[in-house]
Amino acid sequence: MTGKTTEEIVARAEALYDDLDFTAARAWKEAEPGRHVIGHLPIYVPRELIHAAGMLPLGVMGGGDRLEVIHGDAYYQSYICRIPRSTIELGLSGRLDFVSGMLFPSICDVIRNLSGMWMTLFPDVYVKYFDTPQTFDDEIGGRFYIGEMRELLEGLERISGRKVTDDDINASIAVYNENRALLRALYALRAELPWRAPASEAYLVARAGLVLPVEEHNTMLRDYIDAARATRRPMKDNAKVILTGMFCEQPPLNLIKSLELAGCYVVDDDFMLVARWLTEEVPTDGNPLEALSHAFLHHSMSTAAKYEPDEAEKGRFLIRAMERTGAEGVIFASTSFCDPALLDRPMLQHVLDEVNIPYIAFKYAENSGQMQPIREQAGTFVDSIKLWSAA
Amino acid sequence: MKPAIVKARPEDVQKDASMILQKEMMARHYDRLCDAPMTGEKVASTFVPGNLNELIMCFDLVNNLPEVNAIQSGLRKKSGQYIMEAERAGHSEDVCTYVKSDIGMMMKGNIGPNARELPRPDVLLLSYTGCFTFLKWFELLREQYKCPTIFLQTPYMADGRITPNMIQYMVRQLKEDVIPTLEEVSGVNFDIDRLREYLKKSARAEDDLVAVLQSAKHKPSPIDAYFGGIYYIGPIFGAFRGTDDAIEYYKFLRREVEERIAKGLGPITPDGTMEGEKYRLVVEGPPNYTSFRQFWKMFYEEGATVVASSYTKVGGTYDFGFRHDPERPLESLAEYCLNVYTNRSLPMRIDMLVNYINEYEADGLLINSIKSCNSFSAGQLLIMREVEKRTGKPAAFIETDLVDPRYFSAANVKNRLESYFQMVEQKRSGKGAAA
Ligand code: SF4
Ligand code: SF4
Repeated sequence: MTGKTTEEIVARAEALYDDLDFTAARAWKEAEPGRHVIGHLPIYVPRELIHAAGMLPLGVMGGGDRLEVIHGDAYYQSYICRIPRSTIELGLSGRLDFVSGMLFPSICDVIRNLSGMWMTLFPDVYVKYFDTPQTFDDEIGGRFYIGEMRELLEGLERISGRKVTDDDINASIAVYNENRALLRALYALRAELPWRAPASEAYLVARAGLVLPVEEHNTMLRDYIDAARATRRPMKDNAKVILTGMFCEQPPLNLIKSLELAGCYVVDDDFMLVARWLTEEVPTDGNPLEALSHAFLHHSMSTAAKYEPDEAEKGRFLIRAMERTGAEGVIFASTSFCDPALLDRPMLQHVLDEVNIPYIAFKYAENSGQMQPIREQAGTFVDSIKLWSAA
Repeated sequence: MKPAIVKARPEDVQKDASMILQKEMMARHYDRLCDAPMTGEKVASTFVPGNLNELIMCFDLVNNLPEVNAIQSGLRKKSGQYIMEAERAGHSEDVCTYVKSDIGMMMKGNIGPNARELPRPDVLLLSYTGCFTFLKWFELLREQYKCPTIFLQTPYMADGRITPNMIQYMVRQLKEDVIPTLEEVSGVNFDIDRLREYLKKSARAEDDLVAVLQSAKHKPSPIDAYFGGIYYIGPIFGAFRGTDDAIEYYKFLRREVEERIAKGLGPITPDGTMEGEKYRLVVEGPPNYTSFRQFWKMFYEEGATVVASSYTKVGGTYDFGFRHDPERPLESLAEYCLNVYTNRSLPMRIDMLVNYINEYEADGLLINSIKSCNSFSAGQLLIMREVEKRTGKPAAFIETDLVDPRYFSAANVKNRLESYFQMVEQKRSGKGAAA
C-alpha cells in the first residue's frame, strides 16, 4: 500500500481524463526509441496483443464535452452520434499524430465506416478494422477470430519490426488478467460499499487504464481500492441502480455525477467494456490465441453490439447484474442516434418487465451540457424505487 | 429549356412491358406467401443483402423479405403510420425506419401489398451483410415469432479484399450450422447438385442484369439506373434469383432495353419516355420511397438521368464480374455476400463511384443521405469530397429518409437539385462550380 488518498488518485485520473493531448501516452512513447502507440475505439480489442508487441494500447473514446469540434462536424450529418466526429477532430487537430496505428472494432456501421475514413484521411497510419465473430463455436467463430488476431499481429510486427512470440502474449495475458481481476474487485467494492467508491470516481480510475501502461494502471487500481475501503464516507439513503447503454460514446462526467446527486448509487455499468470484456481469467499456459479466442467466445460481456444466439439468454445479463450487485433498478442511457443501443433497448426492457424490475430511459451525447432534466428524471426514479421497496 | 416528355395518358402511369411482367411475378409471389398456411409451404424470412435465395429454394422454403415489405409499405404510403405505431410501442425515433415500418406492420396485422395477411415465418434466416441493424432487427422479430433463427455472419471487406479466412469462416458456418438447421426446419435433405442448378440459373440472369445496367453508358441512356434501376433489381434481389422466371424476366428486359438503344430512346418514366437527356448523374444512397414518384419527377422534368447508382448494388455487385458459380457453390454464396455494396470499405465505395462517373461519362455525383441508415450515411460527406476531388465533377448532398415521410421535404430537395443542376451548367461552361 502506497498510502495515497482517494483524492490524490482521483486527481491524477481526472488529469489524465482531461488531457485531450494524451500527454502521458506521448511521454511513454518518447521515453525510449522505437516505441509505438496503437489507438483503438470502443468496445473491444485484445490489448494483450498490442502489449505483447511492446506497444501501448491507447483507448480513444471520443472527445467528450471538453473538445471543441471544429472540423469534425463537416464530416457527419446531424443525425449521426458524436463519437465519430470528435474522434475525427482528434485526428485532424493533430492530437493523435503520435499514434502508429488505429484499430476500429466491429461495433456498428458508424465505427466500421470510420475505419475507411481513417484510411482515406490518414494514409500513413496503420488502420485495421478489427472484425470479431458473432458466432460462438470454437471451430467456426473461433477459427475466424484466431485468423483475425493473426492478421493483427502481423500488422503490429510490421510496425515494430520484431516477431511476437507465444510467450510474449502469455506474459501480457497475465498482466491483463491482473488488471481485470482488479477491476472486478473495484466493481465488487462499488456494489458492496458504493458510498466509499462512488461511480464518478471509479469511472475516472478505470478510465485511466485506457491511456496508461497496464502495469501502472494495476498499481493505481490497487491503491484506489485500498484507499477507498479505508475512507470514512457516510452512507446515504440512495438507491442502487445499474446503468446500461453507455458502451461506446461515453457520457460526460457530469452526467454520472448528476445521477449520484439525484440519489443513485451506480453499482454496475457498461462503460469502457474493453477493460472488463473478458469475464474470467484467461489461461496463460497454452496457445495464447486459442485462449483469448475461447475467452472471447465463452466468457465475455453481453452488449447490444453482440448477437445473442439463445433467445432465453437475451437480457439475462442485466438480471444477473441485479442479483450480483443488489441493485434495485436499471437506467437505460443511450447515445442519441445509436442504433445498437436503441434497437436493443426494448428487448431488454421486456425482460425487466417480466420480473417487475423498474427502469427509466433517456438519451445523451458526449457533449450534453444541460443535466437538469436527467437529474430530475433520476430523482423521481429513486423516489419511486424507495416507495416500492417500502411498500 | 425543359426536355420533352412524351406524355402518357394522364390517368395512368407509363410502364414498360417488363414492369408489367415484374408486377405479375411479384403478385404471384405475394400470393404464394399468403397461401403458405393453406398449402403447407414453409416460409423463411431473410434480408436482401445476404439473400441466399438459391439455398432457401433447396429446402422448398418460400422467401419473405421484410425490407421489401417495408418498401412496399413506403410506396403505398402506409409506412408513416407503421413507424408511429412502433414508436408508440417504445422504439426510438432515432433508429432505422425499415425496422420500425416492419414492426409497425406486424403490429397492425401484417397486411402485405396484396391486402392479405402475410404468414408468420417458420424460420428467420439472419444472413446479413453490410449493416449491423439487421442483427437487431431479427432479434426483435425472434422475440415476437419465437421461431428458429439461423445466423450467418459476413465479415466486412475493410481492406478492400476478400481473405481466405473470411471465405473459410462463411463456408464453415454454411456447412456446419446454416445447412443442417435448414434441413431440420424444412425436413428436406440438402442436395448440392440442386444448389448448383439454381446457381447456374442465377448467373444467366446476372449476365442480363449487368447488360441492362451497363446500357446506361449509351447516350442517351435508355434507362434510369436509380429510379428505374430499382425495378430492374427487384426480381434478382428478391425471391427470384436462381429461377427460370428470373432468366425470362432479364432476357425480356434486356431485349426491351436494346430496342430502346436501337431507337435512340431515353428512359421510360411514369410520365412517358424522357427525351432530351440533359444531365447524366451518378447517385449514391437509397431513394426515398414515400414520395418516390415526386422525387423521380424532380429529375426527369429537368432532363436528368441517373446513369449509375450504388443502391442497385445493395443486393449484390455484379458489374465487376462476380457471378454465382455452380463449380464452387458455397464459396460462391460467401463471395456474393461479401461483395454487397455496403459491405465494401469506404475507399472501395469511393473508387466505385469515381469509376462510375468516368465510365458512364456522368456530370457528377448526387448523394441522397438517408437519415435513419448509418450503414450508408456515416462517411458520405467524405465520400462526396473525395469523389469531387478525384473527378473534378461537382457533387451535391440531399437528405431524406427511406420510408419515413416526416423526413422528405419536397421543397428543400427540389431547391438543392435545382442549384446542383446550375452548378453542372456552370462547370460545363467553364465558369467553375460553386462550392
Ligand atoms: S455511439 Fe452507437 S452508433 Fe455511435 S459509434 Fe458508438 S455504437 Fe455506433
Ligand atoms: S440501417 Fe440501412 S442498410 Fe441497415 S437495415 Fe436500415 S436501411 Fe437497411
